[in-house]
Amino acid sequence: MSLRIIVLAKQVPDTRNVGKDAMKADGTVNRAALPAIFNPEDLNALEQALRLKDANPGTTVTLLTMGPGRAAEIIREGLYRGADGGYLLTDRAFAGADTLATSYALSMAVRKIKEYDLILCGRQAIDGDTAQVGPQVAEKLGLNQITYAEEIVNVKNGRITVKRRLERGVETVEAPLPIVVTINGSAPECRPRNAKLIQKFKHAKTVTEKQEASADYLELFSTRPYLNLEEWSVADVNADVKQCGLSGSPTKVKRIENVIFQAKESKTLLPTDTEIDELMKELIANHTIG
Amino acid sequence: MNNIFVYCEIEDGIIADVSLELLTKGRSLANTLGCKLEAVVAGHQLGTVGKQVFPYGVDVLHLFDDARLFPYTPLPHTSILVNLFKKEKPQIAFMGATSIGRDLGPRVSSALGSGLTADCTSLEIGDHEEKKENKVYKNLLYQIRPAFGGNIVATIINPEHRPQMATVREGVMKKEIVDLVYKGETKTYDVSQYVSEADFAVAVIDRQIEKSKTNIKSAPIIIAGGYGVGSKENFQLLYDLAAAIGGEVGASRAAVDAGFCEHERQIGQTGVTVRPKLYIACGISGQIQHIAGMQESSIIISVNNDPAAPINTIADYVITGTVENVIPKMIKYYKQNTK
Repeated sequence: MSLRIIVLAKQVPDTRNVGKDAMKADGTVNRAALPAIFNPEDLNALEQALRLKDANPGTTVTLLTMGPGRAAEIIREGLYRGADGGYLLTDRAFAGADTLATSYALSMAVRKIKEYDLILCGRQAIDGDTAQVGPQVAEKLGLNQITYAEEIVNVKNGRITVKRRLERGVETVEAPLPIVVTINGSAPECRPRNAKLIQKFKHAKTVTEKQEASADYLELFSTRPYLNLEEWSVADVNADVKQCGLSGSPTKVKRIENVIFQAKESKTLLPTDTEIDELMKELIANHTIG
Repeated sequence: MNNIFVYCEIEDGIIADVSLELLTKGRSLANTLGCKLEAVVAGHQLGTVGKQVFPYGVDVLHLFDDARLFPYTPLPHTSILVNLFKKEKPQIAFMGATSIGRDLGPRVSSALGSGLTADCTSLEIGDHEEKKENKVYKNLLYQIRPAFGGNIVATIINPEHRPQMATVREGVMKKEIVDLVYKGETKTYDVSQYVSEADFAVAVIDRQIEKSKTNIKSAPIIIAGGYGVGSKENFQLLYDLAAAIGGEVGASRAAVDAGFCEHERQIGQTGVTVRPKLYIACGISGQIQHIAGMQESSIIISVNNDPAAPINTIADYVITGTVENVIPKMIKYYKQNTK
């Protein structure tokens, strides 16, 4: 059966490669010093969607991302790998959103997309590690959810079978569509970008990006409609501005501190027999070992 | 009313350690606030639950017993908490940052429109002044967690919304019995009043849960390896030392990601928090996320050929050398000098 799949994806700062200049002198994060990447587990989710598309002809994969204008890159990255289209949810009013306000905005955009069978997203994003947005979007849409998925075993007769990877084992569950499924990093990696698709979509742009695009390419957007990426504001998705961004966020950040550890006075030893023997002797004598 | 609630996980009739740890934290916060501590358990055959939780200072135990509530699925447990919380109006609610708590917590918070902070490493009570509005909030829950890949620590509050919800990973808090004969009250519920038939849409068709193979959390000695150990083969040296002196092997996230060691042994913010008597960090540079999970160890030895490794600043002993060189020497001395 053909499926209509929405993949929720986030552009995140690459917190795994934090260098020395990642923190400013005042202790705040220097986002500009960190490369913006496709959240890794969202790529795992995209791969699951593309596999379903391979196996079920007629299936469509649509990306939905929320962020500043540059997050349109996420949609292009998806198109390069085989997605069919995408929407960028962007508006000043979305800024400062915690997971609840983010989920509200995403759920309103999903309502606008309207027709779907399956919503996939990464279990969590590396900049927050909360794993909250997937289940909260599901709740806002009144949908069921399967989290920690490692493999979508199959989709048939309107039901989905999913293998979940838990702390101490695996669980296989079955549920009716439509449903939200969040994908673990232990799922297969996403396929690489396809050279032909890069050629096809490299000039795909949102309305805002088009204003800065070189005039040489402008006529492309009317002759090749697939190069037009849709950009949605709070009003476009009929969202209540009070429930978006900072004002829609029940959690507030009271304080941010740099991590400073209490340095100890440490004893430095050389890796010689004598010095290690001395240390071991001391540890045995004071009953730390033995 | 306005008490502290802990959602307790249960497997094979046994309440999870993380839940008992949260009850311990909840008891101490309830004492600070002068309120009650209440526990919620949903599952099947819950006969011994009271005996397990009351010693941790639980004042009220809410029991939801139905064969369909085990194994856990999201909607029935969400409905129980949402409906119970609407009635009881807790000021604070905790659950484990496990595959259950992190599935359930966000759903409950979304349904109630309340804030939720994941993976807290510390929970405290304090006030908050909103200068712009000239408003003071008394006795809020400070939800403290590392953020941004562990590079900063954020204190999160929910001034206006209740319950203030937080999840905490296993091992982060200590569990402590307050009174073996603590007297609490048990309330049992008619599950059908809380959960609708439609909530049981997800069917668990297969489940293979293993008992935990390692007991790293309570090991008195931990020999942990990082990316600097270099290979899975070199990790064997750590196991040899652990076998000789009676310890467990742990690993940093980098070592687990590199495939040197299984995830179950990961120590740090996204793994287990440990407090052994002796922690030997081998080839671990000491990312903040790792240090957060082991800094309370009594004695820390760092074996690292980089004298400037960040972990050295919190170590009691720094051995500037490689794992291949140092570890065999430790094993040799121990074998020769003990019986």
